[in-house]
Amino acid sequence: MTAAQALALRRLLEQGLPRVSRPYQALAEQIGTDETQVLGQMRQWHAQGLFRRIGLVLNHRALGFTANAMLVLDVPDALIDEVGQRLGHAPGISLCYQRPRRLPQWRYNLFCMVHGRQRERVEAQIRQMLEAHLLSDLPHQLLFSSHAFKQCGGRFAPLPSGVPAHG
Amino acid sequence: MDDLDRRLINRLQLGLPLVRHPWQVLADELQSSARELLDRVHNLLEDGVLTRFGPMFDIERLGGAFTLAALSVPEVRFDEVAGQLHALPEVAHNYRREHPWNMWFVLGCASEQDLSDTLQRIETLTGLPVLNLPKEETYHVGLYFPV
Repeated sequence: MTAAQALALRRLLEQGLPRVSRPYQALAEQIGTDETQVLGQMRQWHAQGLFRRIGLVLNHRALGFTANAMLVLDVPDALIDEVGQRLGHAPGISLCYQRPRRLPQWRYNLFCMVHGRQRERVEAQIRQMLEAHLLSDLPHQLLFSSHAFKQCGGRFAPLPSGVPAHG
Repeated sequence: MDDLDRRLINRLQLGLPLVRHPWQVLADELQSSARELLDRVHNLLEDGVLTRFGPMFDIERLGGAFTLAALSVPEVRFDEVAGQLHALPEVAHNYRREHPWNMWFVLGCASEQDLSDTLQRIETLTGLPVLNLPKEETYHVGLYFPV
């Protein structure tokens, strides 16, 4: 597959996978190659970690996951990796990242996302999790979202033509 | 949504296999047919239960840049500022959160330079300082919503 074909393939995939029984063949026809080439390229991208899976983006609010909370903690620098690993793998935590403090406006450096159906249950779950890990004394806050203005996860922004095609 | 829709959504969250006939593989697993599953995915997208189906490229590995940012927006200006952000293609998500920093959004840009220009543009547009919180370490990514 040429670099131009690989780039064309990636641009097509931005719009999602074709919803036909042989999606890779449909893609191949659009960029002038065959199904084997497209599958090979996509397996290579997958192996390189360019994408994790052919998955979906759920409108989690439409499915009743309306109690969506961001737990932020102020963790001493020496403990951040240990606490991040532990909380990141605690049940119910869907994302866990370290981010910079911005003093004096923002003191928190560990961010965990929790998605639940009921606010009270999410609050109780987080309280229990912090107690179980003996972290209740760390300064922390729980920021519930009350409204989603824009959700188009997965659409990536325009990329410059100089981006390597990885293929 | 019926039981098959739910099983399909849960299964698709784990990823569609990278094979020639992926829907046939899923149909065998879920005791359905490829045609039926494709119709279901189509309807779930139409109904807005799903907002996207396909691979999600890691923008950072493609040379792009992401950040999580926040604004502290005066209540009377909230809708106006939400509208300003909505108009920017770099804004991928925007949530209102119950906190003095009440507007939280994700920016996805083609490069670090582009990201810093976009942050600057948002400060100019809104007249508000942006809290820029790019990720420094990933401890876990496992978004999964059992339905």
